[in-house]
Amino acid sequence: MSDVLARVTKMVVEHLDVEEDKVTGNAHFIDDLGADSLDNVELVMAFEEEFDIEIPDDAAEHIQTVGDAVKFISEKVG
Amino acid sequence: MAEQNFPTGQLMAGKRGLIMGVANKNSIAWAIARQLAAQGAELAFTYQGDALLRRVKPLAESVGSDILCECDVTNDATMDSTFATLKEKWGTIDFLVHAIAFAGKDQLAGSFIDNTTREGFKSALDISAYSFVDAGRRASEIMNDGGAMVTLTYLGSERVIPNYNVMGVAKAALEASMRYMAADLGPRQIRVNAISAGPIKTLAAAGIGSGRHMFRFNKAASAMQDNTDPMGVAGAALYLLSDLGLSCTGETHHVDGGFHAIGMPQEGPLRESMPD
Repeated sequence: MSDVLARVTKMVVEHLDVEEDKVTGNAHFIDDLGADSLDNVELVMAFEEEFDIEIPDDAAEHIQTVGDAVKFISEKVG
Repeated sequence: MAEQNFPTGQLMAGKRGLIMGVANKNSIAWAIARQLAAQGAELAFTYQGDALLRRVKPLAESVGSDILCECDVTNDATMDSTFATLKEKWGTIDFLVHAIAFAGKDQLAGSFIDNTTREGFKSALDISAYSFVDAGRRASEIMNDGGAMVTLTYLGSERVIPNYNVMGVAKAALEASMRYMAADLGPRQIRVNAISAGPIKTLAAAGIGSGRHMFRFNKAASAMQDNTDPMGVAGAALYLLSDLGLSCTGETHHVDGGFHAIGMPQEGPLRESMPD
């Protein structure tokens, strides 16, 4: 879990060009981190690549916060 | 792909052209742009809306391009302004890369016959096929004789690919348009071709239902048992847009690891590709 959190945080910081301390579990990609809808798609694609997992569209729609992403990925990578 | 080096040289030295359809660094059009730049081409880019400008601008700058034109292919005024800008800045151009397609997400899933609407059909054909005719005509007006145009298509135009649906119809129209354009512009030695690329993980591909199944199946069933490398598509574009491609026009060239050539895939890789 903590490894996933660290990797997700690093990816979000780089992709959205935001300060690391803003990337908290509750941080909403669009409302808090300045993402647009394309960023969300790009991030999901980047998570799939980084963790070698598949994130179906209906699951991707529910990944709205950093915490959502970490939770979904952690369940997938076990 | 991002870390790979595109072969450098002078094949495109002194040539200028417009790249339509870069969305981000994963775009096929961006791989093509990098390859052309590595061979000395001068590039201009179009983008649609601020969200894409934010992505395209740094990419364009990284290959020394400062011509960015806002362009919505369904809006004549922005098409006019794009080509007017090129004429003003450069006078003439030598090539055009068209990598634009659209269909609503509701049109790209499930049953083709049940889900394809009149509006969905019209907009898919307008944005994905007519836009090449329109851009090609405008480009030809300022293109030097001996220039070239390339568009991107997909096998869904020739055979049924699940969920690709109306986009397959649009790509068939695009390929047919390409042939007619090749005939019209041939006497000026302007060549017009299409590259039929295998599935590549781009922003656009994310819009197609069951895209992941498409990648797995393509890898398992293609002759090379691998997914399509954007560098291969970029290399094909370089060939078709440079003088290497002399006498080649009206062609749909497959860059898909040989997927199009296979009638029945090998059993082993296919089984492995299926989820448990």
